[in-house]
Amino acid sequence: MSLKEKIEAANAETLRRITAADPVLVDVAPAAEVIPGMRDRLILHSGPPIDWARMCGAQRGAAIGMCLFEGWARDASDAESRIRAGEITFEPNHHHSAVGPMAGTITSNMWVWVVENKAFGNRAYCRQVESFQQFGDYSKNALDTVRTWRDVWAPALRAAVRKMGGVPLKQMVARALMMGDEMHNRVVASSSIFSNAVAPVLVELGLPREQVVPTLYYTGNHAFLFLGISMAAAKASLDPARGVEASSVVTAMARNGTDFGIQVSGLDGEWFTAPAPRVSGLLLPGWKEEDAGLDMGDSAITESNGWGGFVIGGAPGILSFTGGTAEQALAYSRDMRSISVGRSPDYLMPALNFEGAAVGIDIRKVVQTGLVPVIDTAIAHKEPGHGIIGGGIVRPPLECFTKAVKRFAEKYKG
Amino acid sequence: MAEPFKELLAGKPVFINVGVREFGETLRRAGYDVVLVDWSPPAGGDAEMASLLDELL
Amino acid sequence: MIKLTIVRKNRYFDSVFLMQVAKRITAVPGVRDASALLATPANKKVLTELGFGHGEREADFDAAGPNDLVIAVEGEEAAVRGVASDPEAWLQRPAARDESTLAAGAAQREPRSIREAVEARPDSSVAVISVPGEHAAREARAALDQGLNVFLFSSNVSVEDERALKEAARGRGLIVMGPDCGTAFLCGAGIGFANAVRRGPIGIVGSSGTGMQEFASLVHAAGSGISHGIGTGSRDLSDAIGGISTLTAVEALEADPGTALIAILSKPPGEQAARILMERLGTCRKPVVLCLLGASTAPAGGRRVLAASLIDDAVELALRQSGHAGTVQPRPLAETLRAMAASEAAKMKPGQRHVRGLFAGGTFCYQSQAIFRGAGLVVHSNSPMAGMKALADPRVSRESSFVDMGAETFVEGRPHPMIDATLRRRRLEQEGNDPTVAVILLDFILGAISSRDPVGDLVPAIRAARDSAHRRGDHLCFVASVCGTDEDAQGLAAQRGTLSDAGVFVFSSNAQAADFCRYVSQHLSLRKGSR
Repeated sequence: MSLKEKIEAANAETLRRITAADPVLVDVAPAAEVIPGMRDRLILHSGPPIDWARMCGAQRGAAIGMCLFEGWARDASDAESRIRAGEITFEPNHHHSAVGPMAGTITSNMWVWVVENKAFGNRAYCRQVESFQQFGDYSKNALDTVRTWRDVWAPALRAAVRKMGGVPLKQMVARALMMGDEMHNRVVASSSIFSNAVAPVLVELGLPREQVVPTLYYTGNHAFLFLGISMAAAKASLDPARGVEASSVVTAMARNGTDFGIQVSGLDGEWFTAPAPRVSGLLLPGWKEEDAGLDMGDSAITESNGWGGFVIGGAPGILSFTGGTAEQALAYSRDMRSISVGRSPDYLMPALNFEGAAVGIDIRKVVQTGLVPVIDTAIAHKEPGHGIIGGGIVRPPLECFTKAVKRFAEKYKG
Repeated sequence: MAEPFKELLAGKPVFINVGVREFGETLRRAGYDVVLVDWSPPAGGDAEMASLLDELL
Repeated sequence: MIKLTIVRKNRYFDSVFLMQVAKRITAVPGVRDASALLATPANKKVLTELGFGHGEREADFDAAGPNDLVIAVEGEEAAVRGVASDPEAWLQRPAARDESTLAAGAAQREPRSIREAVEARPDSSVAVISVPGEHAAREARAALDQGLNVFLFSSNVSVEDERALKEAARGRGLIVMGPDCGTAFLCGAGIGFANAVRRGPIGIVGSSGTGMQEFASLVHAAGSGISHGIGTGSRDLSDAIGGISTLTAVEALEADPGTALIAILSKPPGEQAARILMERLGTCRKPVVLCLLGASTAPAGGRRVLAASLIDDAVELALRQSGHAGTVQPRPLAETLRAMAASEAAKMKPGQRHVRGLFAGGTFCYQSQAIFRGAGLVVHSNSPMAGMKALADPRVSRESSFVDMGAETFVEGRPHPMIDATLRRRRLEQEGNDPTVAVILLDFILGAISSRDPVGDLVPAIRAARDSAHRRGDHLCFVASVCGTDEDAQGLAAQRGTLSDAGVFVFSSNAQAADFCRYVSQHLSLRKGSR
């Protein structure tokens, strides 16, 4: 078998694994209980490995926030001293079967969504999505949200999810795609469907009113509720595709606000990084271009799974980020097909004649065509202490892919 | 063995044009089906990458 | 600087759409900042903190609720009031197209690779490839892998790559026409530089594009037609390649019911390639006309293989052998040509001795040399055939010179002389200023891709050169052939007419034109005192 044939066969296997995924939300639990390798004084973060010295403002803010949340430090400056003294360690979420939005910080007492891929038995975890702490805001207000998640909403949801025997996600996502969601920045429909599904169960559980009512309001009004579930589902779908010998398919795209990193199935364990790009998009009132931080978050796991920017053709609302024309949406969709191995049989775009989402980003095709994946994402402030300031489109640096191709050739041509 | 070239001479050709558009457009004006490819050099013109890709893709 | 809020009651818009609205308003000259939000308590708080909602329109702002839209604009008064005067205009979606053009747009968005193109049209059969040489082999390979036949116009493909491509093609029953293939006729479709030629029983296999163009045009002029014209690329019959495409073409034409006779046009093949070819032709079921341009001896081919060494002869043989009932256009009689040549020579000054041929078609440059060599005359050329001399500098003629203006040295980074006459015009002027020049020989090639008016492109320069020579007391003789048909857009008759009107001796073929030049050249040598 020639090398090309080996690669094609390996990619076919990778695609098979990804499209065979059957993600089910099975639990909501504290990280210490479920995340492999979780330990005290460890902060998991989004993106490729990074240390405090290189960390961007927003991610530092989030780290400080977690130190305060966990009670490892009295205040921000104490937190910073302890971090610099080496008391706190940092590791990527991806090294622990986890993902997190924006700064993506997870510590022991942070409750996470737990999704199991029933087709392969593996699990993945995602930090809850909110608008403050993950953007680097470590004010009392921001941390109170995280505390309420820990004390009120997450445990209620845990009970509901367990009572339901788990929540199958494949159908839910497929339905939501029909309704204009793209599973990354537009999850209104899926959030509504999910919250409708858990609402009666929450009531039935007989939990205290002070827990049930706030949780119902929470799930019913959270525009990004489903994103955490979606990210965990994408991670759970992609992890079995890691380590396929000679496969050139991307298994993760992740950013930490400083670096953009990708991982490749046939080069498991390695990261290919380049400086994180700017997000080009729209800003909320009062913010300017120069306030914006660089691209950040593990949420590009959704694009890696064929969602997000890969189905933007079907998400008219999000389209406005791209400049707003439907022709552009079609062009993106066509471009993503040309850099992917195949199409999803399950996740379809009604606006594009029910075309299946392109799945399996092939690093060879990216470099050959020069077309990099489209990611639509939120924008954080460059300094710690702020919430979300906008949203838009970002493209990974081609350099990540050229580095990966060079390494791939080095490993497999020998 | 299949002889696609002989079969071609017996039917009506369908063209794919790669490169100078004029060739394809001339055929189209003459009433033939032509797919015009929007071609650009592979790997953005990076010759080293292109030759790596020749072995991988 | 003012801050103004504009309330639109009971309007809902998508939050991202509103951010776009704000961005567009902010782009108006004189506007410093703008926001568009639903008037939820939280949003109203944000706007208040930014200094909006006081003074003018305060009441409206206060009354606005979560189902109402607020546009907040800050800037120079004139600009802000301008926006406020027509808020609806800003809430229109930017030019949205309707569904049908959307779908059409999707379908028409062009594929970026051969692979994608085949996805769009799985019934594709021929890839027409004209990318830069360094990428050509790769694209040709991709095409073959997709099961496509290849028309490879690109040049600068290595011998090794050509061999590999043609072997791969042979293994799959496909053909690679090229590299450096300028012309093909497949099932009536003219590919590349091609003339409008009717269908008929004569099939051509040619290593030269312009050679095929002239052959086909002459066949058409005689009332017959072409079944197919299959290009093989200029190097196919070299020993390194071994005639792979030529053999594929012969086999296919042999099997094609529409082909009664196979005409092969090529420069003399390599020794091994020649043997392989003649062996194959020996068993050919259809009559063959083998035209090896400039060949001094005819190859032994048996009764069914007729030999010619000039395009005109090959055409005549092909017409006769394919049972063509119509008349072959008579060529000018040798006596007539000699008389005309003598008359021209007599008008020239003793110093005028040389013939300068400036060719757009490389094959015509080659064939012209063959005719001169056959008459014992030596010329210089930038593509000299055996027995001729190489020009030290292709840009400067010496003695009698035949210049292939389509050669690499002229064409690098420029359009081909069949398309663009700039270089030929300049060279013409240069030759016209040379008092040793007696005759200028030109070729004009009509058809698709060629210039809209090849003759018109050069006639002013012809007149100018003749006039400038005349002022010196010299007589310049211009001779030309026009390759094409009346069905070509340029119109054969019209192009010929314009040349005649300009005092140019016009011939139906390059061989005839070159022959006439040969006569003039010989008459010039006969004059007393000339060398």
